Amino acid sequence: MTDIGNVALWITFFVALWASVVGFLAGRTHRPELARSAERSIFVMWGLLVIAAVALMRALLTHDFNVEYVAAYTSRNLPVFYTWSAFYAGQKGSLLLWALVVSTFGSVALLVNRGKYRELTPYVAGTIAIVVVFFVATMVFASNPFERLGFTPPDGRGLNPQLQNPGMVFHPPMLYLGYTSISVPFAFAVAALLSGRLDTGWLHAIRRWTLVSWLFLSCGIVLGMWWAYVELGWGGYWAWDPVENASFLPWLTMTAFLHSVMIQEKRGMLKKWNIGLVVLSFLLSIFGTFLTRSGVISSVHSFSQSNVGWFFLVFLVLAAVLGFGLLAWRWPMLQAEVKLESLVSREGSFLFNNLILIVIAFSVFWGTLFPVISEALRGTKVTVGPPFFNLVNVPLGLMLLLLTGIGPLIAWRRASPENLRRQFLWPVTALLVTAASLAAIRMSDWWSVVAYALGAFVVGTVVQEFVRGTLARHRLHGEMYPLAFVRLVGRNRRRYGGYVVHLGMVMLFAAFAGLAFKRETEVTLKPGQSVDVKSPYGWTYHITHQGVSQYEQLNRYVTAATVDVLRNGKYIGTMRSEKRQHLDSLGRPTFEPSTAVAIHSDAREDLYVVFAGAVQGTEEAVYRITINPLVWWVWYGGLVLALGGLITLWPGGQGPTAASRRRAEPAGYVAQVA
Amino acid sequence: MRARTKFIIGGALVVGTVGYLMASGIKETGVYYLTPTELATKISTDHSFYNVGIKMGARVVKGSITRDVATQTITFRATDGTHTYPVIYHGLAPDTFTDEVDVVVEGRLQPDGTFRATTLLAKCGSRYEAVPRPNGQGTMPAT
Repeated sequence: MTDIGNVALWITFFVALWASVVGFLAGRTHRPELARSAERSIFVMWGLLVIAAVALMRALLTHDFNVEYVAAYTSRNLPVFYTWSAFYAGQKGSLLLWALVVSTFGSVALLVNRGKYRELTPYVAGTIAIVVVFFVATMVFASNPFERLGFTPPDGRGLNPQLQNPGMVFHPPMLYLGYTSISVPFAFAVAALLSGRLDTGWLHAIRRWTLVSWLFLSCGIVLGMWWAYVELGWGGYWAWDPVENASFLPWLTMTAFLHSVMIQEKRGMLKKWNIGLVVLSFLLSIFGTFLTRSGVISSVHSFSQSNVGWFFLVFLVLAAVLGFGLLAWRWPMLQAEVKLESLVSREGSFLFNNLILIVIAFSVFWGTLFPVISEALRGTKVTVGPPFFNLVNVPLGLMLLLLTGIGPLIAWRRASPENLRRQFLWPVTALLVTAASLAAIRMSDWWSVVAYALGAFVVGTVVQEFVRGTLARHRLHGEMYPLAFVRLVGRNRRRYGGYVVHLGMVMLFAAFAGLAFKRETEVTLKPGQSVDVKSPYGWTYHITHQGVSQYEQLNRYVTAATVDVLRNGKYIGTMRSEKRQHLDSLGRPTFEPSTAVAIHSDAREDLYVVFAGAVQGTEEAVYRITINPLVWWVWYGGLVLALGGLITLWPGGQGPTAASRRRAEPAGYVAQVA
Repeated sequence: MRARTKFIIGGALVVGTVGYLMASGIKETGVYYLTPTELATKISTDHSFYNVGIKMGARVVKGSITRDVATQTITFRATDGTHTYPVIYHGLAPDTFTDEVDVVVEGRLQPDGTFRATTLLAKCGSRYEAVPRPNGQGTMPAT
C-alpha cells in the first residue's frame, strides 16, 4: 500500500508540473482545451494525493513499522485517536497533509468559480499547481513519508507525550488549513496581475477565501494557546516563541487585508496595497512553515534541522519575486480611482488600522529574526524575548483596540461634526464610566485600566450599532424587536459578523490585560501541610497537600499529587496534578516524563497547580501554584471570534453587491440597513 | 492640509514611535546568545560581561545533574565540547531536562566562573526527528 502511495506522489509531481505549464499557457493563449486540461489536472492531483494520504493513514493504523515515519511517530500501545494525529506529528506527514489541503482548496476554488472569471481560472490552476509541485517535490526528493527502513522494528518509538493531547489533534490541522488556504487568494492575485483583469471582480473571488483562511488561522492559534496552557505546564498560553510568532504574522496581514479590501470595494482605493497584502500573507504562511522546519531560529517547538529548510527558502524567494515582480509590472494599472478626502472618515480609520497591523507584524518579524539579523550585522547573536514584544505591542495593541471602536462609528468619505457627536456619545460614555470605576476601585496597573476602558468603548460601539439597526428595522418594517434583530444580522452578515468578531477581540484583550495580575508561587509541602495564596480579587486560597500516589494507566506510569482547595474557607475542590512516565509496549520507560496540570477554572480566574516532583522516596511534594486571571476569556473570546467569522462567511444574504453599493453610498447606518 | 499629507504625518509619528520603542526594547531587553566558547572569549577580553544578561546554549554533561528538591536547586555542567561552565538554577526544570540534552540557560556569569541561571529551557530535537536505530530495538536511547 505504501508503494501505491509513493507512486501516487510521483504521478502527482508530474501532473502538477503539467498543470502549472498548461495553466499559464492557457491563460496566455485563451485556448479553452488547455484551460480544461489544467483544471482537470488539479482534480486528478487531488485524487492522487487522497490516495497517498490513505496509504499513509493505513500504514499508521496497521502499525507497518517498516515504514520509517510510522516507526518514528507511533507505537503499538498508542491510542487510535492519537495514531490519527501522528499523520502530522512529523515533518513528512505534515508535508503530505499540506499538499493535500492545497489541492483540496484549489479544486474547491475551481469548482465554485466554474464558468466565472474565465480569464483568471487557468492562471489560478497554474499557480495552485506550482505550490503543489513545491510540496510534492520536497517530499519525493528530500522527505518522503513512505521511505522504508532496512529492517522492521518490533515496535515504533511512539508519539511524544506532549502531543498526546486533544488540543494537539486539532491545533496543527487548523493552522495548516489557515496557512494553506491563503494559496487560493494568492493564486487569484497572481491571476489578476497576469491577466490584467484588475477590476474588483477578483477581489470578490478571494474575499471569502481570505476570511476562511483567517478563520482557520484564528482557531488554530487559539487552540495552540489552549494546548500550551493545559499541556506544557509553564503557566501561560503565549510566550512569543518563534513558532507562535510565525502563525501570528499572516494572521496580522490577513486581518489588515480584510479591512482594507472594504476600502477598495467602496472607494476604489488601495489597489496596490491590497494585492501586496495578499502576496505578503502567502509569503508569511510559507515563512511560518520554513521557520518551524528549518531550525534557523531555535525554538522549543521547532523540528530539528533538515535540508527541507532549503527547499522552503528557495520557494519563498521564488514566490516573493513572482508576487512582487508582477505587482511592480502592473503598478501603472493599479491607480486609485479617488483620493482620500478626509482623515476623519472610515477610510482614514482603516488606513491607520492597516498601518498599525503592519507595524505590529514588522516588529514581531524583526524580534523573531533578531538573532539572525544581529549575527549578520554585528557578529554576535542577540535575542529578544517577551519583554521586547510586550513593550512594543502593548501600546500598538491598545491603539488598534481604540480604532476598532472608532472605525464603525465614522462615516465614509468625510464625517460631519454632527455625525461624530451622534455616534460617539454613548461609546465614549462607556469608556469614561469604565475608566472612572476602575480608578475608583484602585486598579493598580494603568495599562490594564486603559485596555478595559477601550474595551468598553468598543463594546459600546458594537451594542449601539446592533441597537440602532434593530430599532431602524422595527420602525421601517414594523418588525418585532427579536425578528428585527435576527433579520438585521441575517441580511448584513458581513457587517454584523464583523462586529461579533470585534466583541471576541475585546474578550481576548480583556484576558490579556488580566495577565498583569498573575500571581505565582513555588512551595514544598509535606502531606497535611498547606499554603495560602492570595488572589488579585482579594480572596485567599488555602491549599492543603494530601499526598502522592503512583499507579499505571493506559500507556503510562503516573505519579499523582493531590491537594484540597478552600477559597475563603469554603471547599471548592480537590485537584490532582500528575507526572507521567510514558511506557513502550514492553513496559520500558520512553520519552522524558511529562506533566499533567490541574486547573480549577471559572470566569474570574484559574487556579493552576503543577506537581513538579516529590522529594526522593517521600510524599513531600513540590508545587508551582499560579493564579491566572481571566484565562477563561481567551477560550470564549476565541469562540466568539469564530462565531463572528462564521456569521460573516455564511452563504447568501449578502444584500446588494459591493459594486451597486459603491454607486450610491449615503453616509449613516440607516441607509445601509434599509 | 490635504488628508493624504495628514495621514503621512500621522503614519510617520506611529512608525517613529514604534521604531523608538523597538530600538530601546532591543537595547534594554536584548540578551546575548552565546556558546560557552564564545562566552569564554568575550569574558577574557571584556570583564563587563559579568554584568550582562546572557543566554547560553550548551549541552548537559552526562551525569552532572544534581537536584536538591527541598531547596529547588539544580546544578549541572554545561558544555559545547570545548568549554564547560557549572550552572546553578533555582526553580522547576522542564520535563525534558535530563542528561545530554541541549539547554538554553539565561542568567549571568559570576566572577567565580559559575553561571547563575534564572531560566532554563531544555530542547530535545531528537524527540521529534530521531530515527529508529537498526539494533532491533527501534526505540529511543535509554534514559
